[in-house]
Amino acid sequence: MWDYTKKVYDHFLHPRNVGEIENPDAYAEVGNMACGDALTLMLRIDKATQTITEAKFKTFGCASAIASSSVLTELLVGKTIEEARKITNQDIAERLGGLPKEKMHCSVMGQEALEKALAEYLGEEPPEEHTDHEGVIVCKCFGVTDAHIAKVVRENNLHTLGDVINYCKAGGGCGQCHPDIEDIIRQVHGGSVVEQAKPADGKKILTNIEKITLIQKTIEQEIRPQMEADGGGIDLIDVVGNKVLVGLRGTCVGCRTAQFTLKHAVEAKLRELVDEDIFVEEVKQ
Amino acid sequence: MSVIYLDNNATTKVDPKVLEAILPFLQEDYGNPSGMYTFAGKIMHYIDTARQQVASLLNADPDEILFTSCGTESDNTALMAALESYPEKRHIVTTRVEHSAILNMCKHLARKGYSITYLPVDREGMIDLDELNASITPSTAIVSIMYANNETGVVYPIDEIARIVKAKGALFHTDAVQAVGKLPIDLRKTPIDLLSMSGHKIHAPKGIGALYVRKGTRFQPYVIGGHQEEGRRGGTENVASIVGLGLACEIAGSHMEYENTEVKRLRDKLEKTLLEKIPSSLLNGHKDSRLPNTTNISFEFIEGEAILLLLDEHKVCASSGSACTSGAIEPSHVLRAMGVPFTAAHGSIRFSLSRYTTEDEIDRVIELLPPIIERLRQMSPFWHKQASQTS
Repeated sequence: MWDYTKKVYDHFLHPRNVGEIENPDAYAEVGNMACGDALTLMLRIDKATQTITEAKFKTFGCASAIASSSVLTELLVGKTIEEARKITNQDIAERLGGLPKEKMHCSVMGQEALEKALAEYLGEEPPEEHTDHEGVIVCKCFGVTDAHIAKVVRENNLHTLGDVINYCKAGGGCGQCHPDIEDIIRQVHGGSVVEQAKPADGKKILTNIEKITLIQKTIEQEIRPQMEADGGGIDLIDVVGNKVLVGLRGTCVGCRTAQFTLKHAVEAKLRELVDEDIFVEEVKQ
Repeated sequence: MSVIYLDNNATTKVDPKVLEAILPFLQEDYGNPSGMYTFAGKIMHYIDTARQQVASLLNADPDEILFTSCGTESDNTALMAALESYPEKRHIVTTRVEHSAILNMCKHLARKGYSITYLPVDREGMIDLDELNASITPSTAIVSIMYANNETGVVYPIDEIARIVKAKGALFHTDAVQAVGKLPIDLRKTPIDLLSMSGHKIHAPKGIGALYVRKGTRFQPYVIGGHQEEGRRGGTENVASIVGLGLACEIAGSHMEYENTEVKRLRDKLEKTLLEKIPSSLLNGHKDSRLPNTTNISFEFIEGEAILLLLDEHKVCASSGSACTSGAIEPSHVLRAMGVPFTAAHGSIRFSLSRYTTEDEIDRVIELLPPIIERLRQMSPFWHKQASQTS
């Protein structure tokens, strides 16, 4: 069991500022259900004084994700934009009396949401949020870029691969990127600058997480309603690279034309809206 | 407010009668059974009795039972014994949903050059027996398939599986840690070569397990040391726990019917009511072929740890397939293998009952859980979006 502080418990059991703001001045969504945590942050900002007057959140995640979001909203109310921009994940963790190191990524998620919301409000590019297109994706499982890893390593003075996994999830999946992450740690502490390659053709490259989200959305909004109209159904099971694994439900199970539907409706739609290299496979029930 | 313990697949309360039987061996009767004096020599008699009690529960011969330190050691020993006995065979067949004592040993063996087949499971957690049959080759040393799954309680058709494996000429091992004491097992009828069990899942202490090795099965020790257990497992006998395991097996045998009627009735009540009362909840695992004490339910759009900690506020103990740590892209290898969509897998909760579970406790959980789920869903950014789409 996690050794949570009383503060974490307090914010988990009695979260402050849960909810939504109608027509918020600043808004950000970070994380994803596939990763196990996600946060929606909404802010009301007084234009004259550039002060945050109201902050609300909704969080999907564990106790420390909920507590981090709650404490973040508490930190924000009454702050000016300039003051709010200085809030780091460590401020969030400190205000909670500390977090277990395996849970530090929850505080990072809070900081990411804040950065994203303020950048959107100010009309800026999101600075170094890990799902942006700055830098090269190092951790393909969680879609974390080298720039983001370097930032987290620098700001939290991290020295080991385990720390990086705990703080930003990078490297927590298949493990293939571990040597790259170790290189980044060495570069940061050796003082050398991490080179940031940009995609050559300027085309938007999706991170794995963005891709999964988009696939899920496409299935839910474009594909499932049609199939449900015919008494069938479809669930997204997994995404491995460009392979999309789905399960067929209802009358689709055992239907002779199911394979046809899979190729010509599901795959075609995903190729059109997500990525032209996608192929779809059925996971048999 | 007392603890409501519904995590009996993790570990169980030591039966007070078992505790009473154990204590003398931690106090006055501390002799080493190998000693050449009556004070120690008499201890062997108690170990023999325990071996008989374990064998009776499985309808096996006492000579076929060896005591180990835990279920993991039994599992590891079974695989290694098979590989060492048949060095020319370098293939293992198992499933994607085994306990880590099998899965991580297989991963380790894969790094050493063995080839491993991990059989997939369907949405209800079942394996395909034709696929099993096709996967066994002349170079398969051992097939290891669990009797019942710890997370979902799914029970595999072990009798049929054992016959398929034996017809193909490989050794058959089953990890029966969750099944022993809950399901009748007859090793004179089912051609299982090796079977693992653990004490602390059946109201004996932690730190004791047993491995059944069918007479005539080639065997090599895994823990190498003294002559104990007929040279099949080194190390001074854990006398107190062995005595406890023996008695726990005897008591489990006499409660088998209760387990499959009354415990099952309470489990069914809990499961049925929660699925009815809570929208967007679904059962993980086969509806019928399941341990009588286990239910695993997913509550969509929320996360398991948060549910557990809110239950903990009311001293209710359960567990979750979701391990929310940094590296947890996979909520649980079992649910993932079953293809549970990740909207549901993160919010899975396992309740596992025992003969000590009361109706009042079940009623209390039925009353407590729905508002907890609702409270977390009100906090979840996915809940209203999804609810409006699916309604």
